[in-house]
Amino acid sequence: MLSEGLVVAAAAGITWGDALYQLVAFLVLMLLLKKFAWGPLVNVMKQREEHVASEIDKAEKARKEAEELLAQHQQMVKEARQESQKFIEQAKLQGETQKEEIISAARQEAERLKESARLEIQQERENAVKALREQVASLSVLIASKVIEKELDEKDQEALIQEYIKKAGEE
Amino acid sequence: MSHGSPTTVLFGIPFNLSNVLMITVACVIVFLIAFLCSRNLQMKPTGAQNFLEWVLDFVKGIINSNMDWKTGARFHLLALTLIMYIFVSNMLGLPFAFSVNGELWWKSPTADPLLTLTLASLVVGLTHYYGVKLKGGKEYITGYSKPLKFLTPINIIEEFANTLTLGLRLFGNIYAGEVLLGLIAGLGISHIITGVLAFPLMMAWQGYSIFVGSIQAFIFTMLTMVYMSHKVNKSH
Repeated sequence: MLSEGLVVAAAAGITWGDALYQLVAFLVLMLLLKKFAWGPLVNVMKQREEHVASEIDKAEKARKEAEELLAQHQQMVKEARQESQKFIEQAKLQGETQKEEIISAARQEAERLKESARLEIQQERENAVKALREQVASLSVLIASKVIEKELDEKDQEALIQEYIKKAGEE
Repeated sequence: MSHGSPTTVLFGIPFNLSNVLMITVACVIVFLIAFLCSRNLQMKPTGAQNFLEWVLDFVKGIINSNMDWKTGARFHLLALTLIMYIFVSNMLGLPFAFSVNGELWWKSPTADPLLTLTLASLVVGLTHYYGVKLKGGKEYITGYSKPLKFLTPINIIEEFANTLTLGLRLFGNIYAGEVLLGLIAGLGISHIITGVLAFPLMMAWQGYSIFVGSIQAFIFTMLTMVYMSHKVNKSH
């Protein structure tokens, strides 16, 4: 079958016009592809390559910037923390001294109050003793006058004297 | 199978009109595919553009496996056109054959030895051209006596052998595929029972032919770049 086909082809002679036609067609196809498909596409691909490269560069730069910012912020946070620590220490110290002051003031006040209360109490006691003494005196006078007012008979007098003597002897 | 060819003579040059037709069809299809896939090009590719870029990258991979891209970039377009043209040509003969008055009109252009040999000659010619252009005439000439002097005749024969094998390998694969397709088709229409048998056979063989057609397009392009790299690479 193959030989038959070749024989037929050979009988017709070599149709070298086809060969020429194909060469020309192939070259034309190549030129057309270059103009309409390959050229623009390669351009776009190159552009994309450059774009990607530049984007990578940009991303790298942005990353570095972000890192720097992060470091800055960390530094700032650290400083702020230290500062706040300092504030707290100060406040604590201040509070401590204030506490001492308040306590000592209160103690003094209490001392003072106690002292005055003591003085007052003493005063009151002295007053009470004085009043009592006066009353006792007046009462003695009253009793004495009453005793004196009473008429003493001999027997009673005797009895009274005996009683006093007895008491005196007992003492 | 014993189809004749619609030959004619124009300006004293013999033409096989079927070849002319099929070359035109193949070129138009290749151009349309490439053209339609490269409309509305964008940095962020979608659909068709992705496909064409994949083809470009594939071809680039073929070239890169043979030479560095600095040398190979200039062959990108050639390799792209080759692989697309040969692939489309190989596929053309698969769905049907079409003959008028016993003359076969529709077939793969690559099922014609003349056309595959023309392509092979073009490619080998280009390797010589670029060999001289990139390395200079002196180094190109001395390249034939490497690695050893007495191998020179073999090296020269190799050039012709390369051309022949490059062209005939493609032709043989595609032509054989079409012949078998024709035989199966003949079997299919000869009787209803054989027709039932022939249908899956046809499908299997067409699938295989798609595979062979793709592989042959790849091999042709690959070998083109191999020969090219032999000629343009220094230190060989």
